[in-house]
Amino acid sequence: MQELVQAIREEARRLLETGQVELVIGFAEGTLPMHSAPVFVRQVADTNRLTWNSFAENNLARYLRGVRNKKVAIVAKGCDVRAIVALINEHQLERDNVYIIGVPCRGMMDRRVVTRRVPGEVAAVREEGDELVVDVRTETGTAPQVVRLPRSELLHRSCATCIQPNPVIYDVLAAEPVEVWAVDPYAYVREMERRSPAERAAYFAAEAARCIRCYACRQACPMCYCEECFVDHTAPRWIESGATASGLQGWQIGRAYHLTGRCVDCGACERACPTEIDLVYLNGKLRKDVWDLYGFEPGMGLGQLPPLAVFLPDEGPEFRP
Amino acid sequence: MSEWRPQVLVFLCQWALKSDSEWAHRTELPPGARIIEVPCSGRLNPFLLLSALQQGADGLLVVGCEPGRCHYKEGNYLARRKFATLQSFLAHLGVEQDRVQVVWLSETESGKFPGVVANLINTVRQLGPLEALAKRATISGSKGTGAPCTIEA
Repeated sequence: MQELVQAIREEARRLLETGQVELVIGFAEGTLPMHSAPVFVRQVADTNRLTWNSFAENNLARYLRGVRNKKVAIVAKGCDVRAIVALINEHQLERDNVYIIGVPCRGMMDRRVVTRRVPGEVAAVREEGDELVVDVRTETGTAPQVVRLPRSELLHRSCATCIQPNPVIYDVLAAEPVEVWAVDPYAYVREMERRSPAERAAYFAAEAARCIRCYACRQACPMCYCEECFVDHTAPRWIESGATASGLQGWQIGRAYHLTGRCVDCGACERACPTEIDLVYLNGKLRKDVWDLYGFEPGMGLGQLPPLAVFLPDEGPEFRP
Repeated sequence: MSEWRPQVLVFLCQWALKSDSEWAHRTELPPGARIIEVPCSGRLNPFLLLSALQQGADGLLVVGCEPGRCHYKEGNYLARRKFATLQSFLAHLGVEQDRVQVVWLSETESGKFPGVVANLINTVRQLGPLEALAKRATISGSKGTGAPCTIEA
């Protein structure tokens, strides 16, 4: 891990010193344990703030559109790079303006899970091999108790089913590529599909009812870049604007469906959600359908055409009367 | 519940079924079905379908031209991908798949149109009112007169 951080800092320093980029977007230590924070480095002296750990969970590609006319370097893990590729394919970014410092990723850990697994307040964490070592404070004034948790049990859901932990494109790779874990990315969606329509309706209603319409999912999403979101339209008002059952469901449906063939499964929306709504089951269904119907997975290569903007004349479904 | 009557909405491409005699079929439509003419099935915003379901429609039908016969060359091909994914997604949320139907009807198949609508109404009647999605509040009041409006959830 230390070599990786060193490699990121050195590359950032070189890029800023040579003037190759104006800005480096990466992660810095947060103010609390397990909260790594996005950082924008413009000066060589600040490159020491850059870091990397298993809590670098935000999708930094989110910020690129805001600086798209500048030369920018970005420290990007597998899903961040997929989002960058998808944005380039949608003509939102120029490949030449983005310098990708690729980071092969072993999956990010969910701090909510860590917090629930330990008996007190998390004072500090460190990674040792396949374990997360947590210093837990149970009472004020007492020495922290050490708890060791296996990494595999702490991963975010989208990380546990990740199909592309290594950057698909990059200018430099900060570490050796990691082995791709072979999992069925749609196992959970399949499980939901086996439920009856009434059960699914009840589940969706219960999930949507927890929404407080803070739109954190939208703000965290690298692919949600509409200048005016459908939810802010007033003429026509596509969905109810209040926190009513219909408005909450409309938001969840509209947000997910708008990402059809565009969601790169980074899970940023779910991590940002303060009420922990099951967004993976919504986005996952659409990704699975787009894969099953059109063999398309977003952000896997430059030059891919968006699946809903193209067609094949002789494909299904038939829609015969 | 004996008084419940299915309400279905038909989004009809303006180029499908286009002649005077074919339009006469509209009068044969069963009660409960309403037609909204759209420029092209490819131009149909999925949010309109969502809005319809949230505002009381129990079933939806989208009628487009058959592949290769789109007035705008490719509108229905794009519609096909759009509605295939939308249908499947709504089904995932518990809206029974048969409630949202898409049908290609060319000019020569207009005779099938009333049957398709009747079939949808029958299907919806068997499924019952749409309960998978919450309904939007209806606003009643006197528009433009300054009188207060009431919102009923």
